[in-house]
Amino acid sequence: MSATSRIPEIIGRYERDLLPEWMEQQLAAITLRRDLIDESELREQSRRFLNLLTASLSSANGDTEPSGPTWRETRDFLAGMSRTRARQGFTPSETATFVFSLKQPLFERLRREFGRDADALAQEIWNGTVLLDKLGLYTTEVFQKGREEVIVRQQQEMLELSTPVVELWEGILAVPLIGTLDSARTQVVMENLLQKIVDTGATIAIVDITGVPTVDTLVAQHLLKTVAAARLMGAECIVSGIRPQIAQTIVHLGVELNDVITKATLADAFAVALRRSGLGVARTTG
Amino acid sequence: MERIPILKMGECLLVSIQVDMHDRLAMTLQDDLTTRIAETRAHGVLIDISALEIVDSFIGRMLGNIASMARVLDAQTVVVGMRPAVAITLVELGLSLPGVSTALDVEKGMDLIQSALASRKGNGRSPT
Repeated sequence: MSATSRIPEIIGRYERDLLPEWMEQQLAAITLRRDLIDESELREQSRRFLNLLTASLSSANGDTEPSGPTWRETRDFLAGMSRTRARQGFTPSETATFVFSLKQPLFERLRREFGRDADALAQEIWNGTVLLDKLGLYTTEVFQKGREEVIVRQQQEMLELSTPVVELWEGILAVPLIGTLDSARTQVVMENLLQKIVDTGATIAIVDITGVPTVDTLVAQHLLKTVAAARLMGAECIVSGIRPQIAQTIVHLGVELNDVITKATLADAFAVALRRSGLGVARTTG
Repeated sequence: MERIPILKMGECLLVSIQVDMHDRLAMTLQDDLTTRIAETRAHGVLIDISALEIVDSFIGRMLGNIASMARVLDAQTVVVGMRPAVAITLVELGLSLPGVSTALDVEKGMDLIQSALASRKGNGRSPT
């Protein structure tokens, strides 16, 4: 928008009239979500947006780049609104439509203001479109950024959650594996396990694969790698939780698990681990 | 020329690698160690690699070779103090050092050698 644009002046002058006109159109639109937002809240949002827009426009001095410093408050308001609406269940396009819907009353005003001066009218409509498009798209951008942050955080949490290393007893660690074992997860499991071995000085580690749905040659290879790495750190590995089907698959695939102690259940593996550590479980009498 | 010191403790030889290994140093260590095992008639070799941060396939293979040579000379080798990153690297290189005993730290490694030596002596003696 050039500095000679009259939009800031027009919006400033007709701010009071624009709001009811805009509200009327928003309430009449079929895209209005009465189930998610009531009229008073929508009116409040519209009023604040119009206020901020007027303030930003008057101080921006023709600068309509919404990333500029004079637009900070408007930007913050839109970001906040985008987040709230996303939580309320609005789609990003519905949120953006809120901003875009201001075009109709605004252009109506411009038409009345410029009357028959078609050149000036076209120019100003273009200016207004550019500005409102930028602001509308900004809400979508915020929405998307929020989504991406959630996804990244969840991915991280899943990776952390799914690979805990727990200390069962002094010197005995257990790694209950849940879910498919791919290279990336094996890497995380291996690193966590080895670090925990260093931290606790454990000599026995039980890798429990009860929660691993399928074991193919690749998964078996990953398991063997983990076992080998733990052995290099001076800890012996026991693989437990091998279901009958998995035992069959392993043999059919010709995977060699000869060097690894394998047990059907975690309890069996724990018993072996206790025995190796010179410990035992005794029933108390009385 | 730099050398890695080999210390004798009873029937055991103690090697602590405190510098980054390069190939020449590794070969020297191999020579020195085998010579010392023969000289001292040691039955246990403890190699501490807790300061070793970088390994390549050559160093990995050399560790395996030293263990095999020591076994031929009737000494058991224990590699102790391997860092997690080094362990992962060796496994990814396909060098899982079969036949080499490992322990987390020098203390545990010493226990391992002592118990191996004790059982060796126990077997040598006639059962009472």
